[in-house]
Amino acid sequence: MVIYGVYIVSKSGGLIFNHDHNIPRVETEKSFNYPLDVKLTYENKKVVVAFGQRDGINVGHALTAVNGNPVTGRELEDGRDVLEMLEQPENFPITLKFSRAKMTTNEKIFLASMFYPLFAIASQLSPEPRCSGIEVLEADTFRLYCYQTLTGVKFIIVADPVQPGMDILTKRVYELYADYALKNPFYSLEMPIRCELFETNLQTLLETIEKSGISNV
Amino acid sequence: MIVLSSTWRDSKRHLFKFSQEMSRAGSRLDSKKVNSELFTLTYGALVAQLLKDYENIDDVNKQLERMGYNMGIRLIEDFLARTGSGRCYDFRDTAEKIQTGFKIFLGITPTITNWSTAGDEFSLCFESNPLTEFVELPDHCLNLKYCNILTGVLRGACEMVQMEVASWFVQDQLKNDSVTELRVKFIKRLEDAIPAGED
Repeated sequence: MVIYGVYIVSKSGGLIFNHDHNIPRVETEKSFNYPLDVKLTYENKKVVVAFGQRDGINVGHALTAVNGNPVTGRELEDGRDVLEMLEQPENFPITLKFSRAKMTTNEKIFLASMFYPLFAIASQLSPEPRCSGIEVLEADTFRLYCYQTLTGVKFIIVADPVQPGMDILTKRVYELYADYALKNPFYSLEMPIRCELFETNLQTLLETIEKSGISNV
Repeated sequence: MIVLSSTWRDSKRHLFKFSQEMSRAGSRLDSKKVNSELFTLTYGALVAQLLKDYENIDDVNKQLERMGYNMGIRLIEDFLARTGSGRCYDFRDTAEKIQTGFKIFLGITPTITNWSTAGDEFSLCFESNPLTEFVELPDHCLNLKYCNILTGVLRGACEMVQMEVASWFVQDQLKNDSVTELRVKFIKRLEDAIPAGED
């Protein structure tokens, strides 16, 4: 059972806190001969696998290193273009390292502000008046729990679909927020939360839940 | 948070209970207690300092209200997180919740009285008030609203739950009234500020 991450979205829809808790790191390194038998494309500033799934390298994984040298965007450190390099037979055999693409902070901010209108739409689409908006959003690999306080702050938790007690956890996180973010005199409302005490207490809470379940919190 | 032992002067003084009052099933957050005298004296020091900083007593009153407002907008989250209370759809609910708030944060239960016929105004009466425990007002401070921070707290806290209220003291034990009476008036709901999924 796993909790993947915790997000806090402010009243005005901005991401003010995110914490990646337990995202399994998927990394595969493999040696290739010419011609390369996976199809790579360049999209979203990353070189990703478009087709040809094998040995733990899945479609959507991003290329992170070539012969141990890290790749940024589509370039190697010395400025050579990765895709061009992979077309030249003299560069082979070659070792490529793939991993699941990590979300950047910018992408997280973007997604958080995208969730905000979705939530509002859900409450408007409701056939009954006074709908709460999205409380749970379910997918095959995760479940997203959202708790909106009366003041409009949203606490979002992404967790494994079988992880129980997450609606209680959102309320516990709210308590931590009230204690360690809002009582910090140097924290100003609506701004990103950079409070170490909040972070450590949250970490402890999440670990306790994963180890011994929600009943011990 | 401040956690102090109760050994400060005579132990008969009650402790403020910040959190353990509300039964939060199985919560592991430390119950945070602080000696009421320490709080009384700290508040006294604050007011005395403001009197030094501002020549004008009205400015002090204003400043206290502003500080209270800034406390209120943060304190409301603590209140909601601890009590798990829902939105008020009636000012009588609000009155009761404000009363609970005083119980949680100051350890006192003011009585709710003097409802206006329209149901939009009520009074909170304090028999005892921890803020004024050791206080007597000197002659040159008769205009000082010593507890004015409370009016700010109420305004800030209610504003965060999209309710505009005004409050003022009509009686004050420091001014030789028999009780301290805080009048609270509902002004309007802040419809624009209500978050999606609540309106």
